Amino acid sequence: MNIIVSIKNLKKIYKNNLVAINNLNLDIFEGEIIALLGPNGAGKTTLISTICGLSSISSGSIKVKSFDVVDEYRKTREIIGLVPQELALEPFEKVINSIKFSRRLFGKKNDPIYLDNLLKKLHLFDKKNETIKSLSGGMKRRVLIAKALSHNPKILFLDEPTAGVDVELRKDMWDIIKELKKDGVTIILTTHYIEEAEMIADRIGIINNGDLLLVEEKQSLIKRMSIKTLKVNLKKSIAKIPNKLKSYKLKLDVTGNYFLYNYKTGLEKTGITSLLSDMSSIGMELQDIQTKQTSLEDIFVKIIKD
Amino acid sequence: MNLQGILAIYIYEMNRSFRTLIQSLVSPVLSTMLYFIVFGSAIGSRMEMIDGVSYGAFIVPGLIMLTVQMQSVANASFGIYFPKFIGTTYELLSAPLSFIEIVIGYVGAAATKSFSIGIIILLTSNLFVHIDIIHPFFMIFFLLITCITFSLLGFIIGIISDNFEQLNIVPMLIITPLVFLGGSFYTINMLPEFWQNIALLNPAVYLISGFRWAFFGIGDVPIMTSVFTILTFTILCVLIIWRIFKTGYKIKT
Ligand SMILES: Nc1ncnc2c1ncn2[C@@H]1O[C@H](COP(=O)(O)OP(=O)(O)O)[C@@H](O)[C@H]1O
Ligand SMILES: [Mg+2]
Repeated sequence: MNIIVSIKNLKKIYKNNLVAINNLNLDIFEGEIIALLGPNGAGKTTLISTICGLSSISSGSIKVKSFDVVDEYRKTREIIGLVPQELALEPFEKVINSIKFSRRLFGKKNDPIYLDNLLKKLHLFDKKNETIKSLSGGMKRRVLIAKALSHNPKILFLDEPTAGVDVELRKDMWDIIKELKKDGVTIILTTHYIEEAEMIADRIGIINNGDLLLVEEKQSLIKRMSIKTLKVNLKKSIAKIPNKLKSYKLKLDVTGNYFLYNYKTGLEKTGITSLLSDMSSIGMELQDIQTKQTSLEDIFVKIIKD
Repeated sequence: MNLQGILAIYIYEMNRSFRTLIQSLVSPVLSTMLYFIVFGSAIGSRMEMIDGVSYGAFIVPGLIMLTVQMQSVANASFGIYFPKFIGTTYELLSAPLSFIEIVIGYVGAAATKSFSIGIIILLTSNLFVHIDIIHPFFMIFFLLITCITFSLLGFIIGIISDNFEQLNIVPMLIITPLVFLGGSFYTINMLPEFWQNIALLNPAVYLISGFRWAFFGIGDVPIMTSVFTILTFTILCVLIIWRIFKTGYKIKT
């Protein structure tokens, strides 16, 4: 896989001496969707801002397609589109003019066909000549995306694209993002909705307090970190866990009717078979078993806490 | 050089003033007409000729200067402050544009606007009094450089301001009084001697004098002094802008 953005030892200290990014290293691959997950104030927006030129870099370096974002900013910014977190739009402007403006800012001549297609793709075409202030919040968010895509960038940053957006629109947004990926656009999105990362990302990076705690393929992250819980309902309630089963670290419910067993799915042996055979060897009969998968949310909370 | 980008800002800014045509063009023209009626016709009819020029014609260059200086500052400061206020500067900063290109776009548009206003005032004045311009090319040059310089000043004010109050305070407390007292409606030697010396501390005097020289060949100070003043002022503004750019002051976080 080609690396399209390479961040090395990045540090960002704001003028008030707040360390927002702490020696961060990250490579982003061409064509992927990477979700940067982290609580409010983690440093997600700051990270994007340093890549896109809104914030100065305190130390370290960022390269986009082997160009330095400071020294060769024209080359790097040409291929980047940015959708900011806030709905920052000029209210009195028409949708189409706002988008034309963005395209030309990036040094490209107006291209009515490309822009019309873009508007169609974002379901904005019928709003083309409306003023921005007449649009709903979800529509404004799309205008921001259209502006960011107006110069046909290779890399798109989406800063909390679905914050404050209702469920239906969020699904729409995910579809748009997946479509863009099909067109070969590399997408970096930040979110604090775990569900979002889980739904659309190829890789997930977890940021907290200016540190990138981990970056990993979504599937392997879930697999590696995932703990499943087996719930075993017993035919006859018991007062305590028998000695023979001590090593499984079972949690007995206060009613004595069932116990819980945690195991990792990533491991070769889950221990379930031996648990069940040990149970039958001491004559414990089970009535029913259930398993429950840990969500990414549980993983996230666990990583942030550790 | 990102020419398209500069043009995008320029055209966008020009369109913004067409959207608010009344405010941008009609209102300065109208207020100048009022000045003209009050000072030029009502009071002027009782005034003697000044250095062989009728009072009505005499105030025209001053009125133009007064208006373009205030308009340049107002337009340019608002032009860059507004995107800061609504948060759309993110787009300027993330575009492949240098700071200088951004300045050219905004200042160019503000200067164009105030220059047009100046010309419109000149043309409308001509309906009231007959005006001969002795040095027309110099007049255009001087008007243009004044528009550019005061637009640069406005841009600086817009960048530095954190709120609307700050945006208005410099024009209101410094620029308006200086420009009003700069001799739009009188020559310096009409003042008592003490005030003449005070007046010479006011840079606006040199600008209005220089512009009036372009019209009538007369001025309160030698023309080279006026040229020197405006060029010094231009360079000063450029240096401040350069400094803002170098430090990223109030633009980048
Ligand atoms: N312009 C700024 N000046 C000073 N501190 C800032 C500035 N912008 C953000 N911060 C601080 O930097 C930290 C990271 O903020 P941010 O990148 O916005 O986090 P996130 O996007 O993950 O919510 C926060 O503590 C925030 O208060
Ligand atoms: Mg943020």
